[in-house]
Amino acid sequence: MTNSGTFTITARGDREIVVTRVFDAPRRLVFDAYTKPELIKRWLLGPDGWSMPVCEIDLREGGKYRYVWKNDSDGREMGMGGVYREVVAPERIVATEKFDEAWYPGEAVGTIVLVEQDGRTTLTQTILYDSPETRDAVLKSPMQYGLTASYDRLEKLSTSLGSETLNA
Amino acid sequence: MEPNSYERSSVRLDATFAALADPTRRAILARLAKGEASVMDLAEPFAMSQPAISKHLKVLERAGLISRGQDAQRRPRRLEARPLRDATEWLEKYRRFWEARFQRLDALLQELQAGDVGSRQRSRKKRAAG
Repeated sequence: MTNSGTFTITARGDREIVVTRVFDAPRRLVFDAYTKPELIKRWLLGPDGWSMPVCEIDLREGGKYRYVWKNDSDGREMGMGGVYREVVAPERIVATEKFDEAWYPGEAVGTIVLVEQDGRTTLTQTILYDSPETRDAVLKSPMQYGLTASYDRLEKLSTSLGSETLNA
Repeated sequence: MEPNSYERSSVRLDATFAALADPTRRAILARLAKGEASVMDLAEPFAMSQPAISKHLKVLERAGLISRGQDAQRRPRRLEARPLRDATEWLEKYRRFWEARFQRLDALLQELQAGDVGSRQRSRKKRAAG
């Protein structure tokens, strides 16, 4: 696709990751893709080989959401969820987020802002973490991050296997 | 819980980003990329006192981005490329992870738009027919 060049990522301050990206679609549709379970399941996946069997959303202030990803070959699962703090369709969503197995205290807060111009939509996605260490751990391994603690606990998988399959 | 390897290795990355957030420090690194230089050499292009420059150098040194050369008189600073390369690599890895998602989203949005146009045309035809 042609929009890869419009992608920027910044490690802002010491606790934030800011991502911007342009999409060739009105923001109403981008908002839908971020909030309707049947659509989220189609794109918010991990590396190849991971599916998203659970995606539950109660889209209102104070409502909860829950995502579970599953590794189709070995059955491992990873879950995360949170609470919506602000829902302004079709332009803004603020929600807390926490992985089931996260080893850090507290929650991260994600903000999504959609701005439409001439039928195209600019997405700004900001995640504020509870500490600089958490932010950096996520940067280093966006998906593995949620799995780290389960690896430590299960002590089943060799670290090399983990980094090979998850970073691919 | 025991600090795991991610926590241990994250300390330097964070210091790297903090060090790189300042334009003067980025300019100092750009200068050192051309070769080692003394504090006086480094202060020269900036309208800054030597102590002010030394403060920036301390931040860069703590982040492991520069080191001091052997010459005891001049104490030349030199660039340490490794942490900078690490930070860039991590950002790039994170970028690739999200870009894969966004490309799937691109395809989905295209499909939704096609459906949108299709259903609008159908309802227009319906209205026209009715």
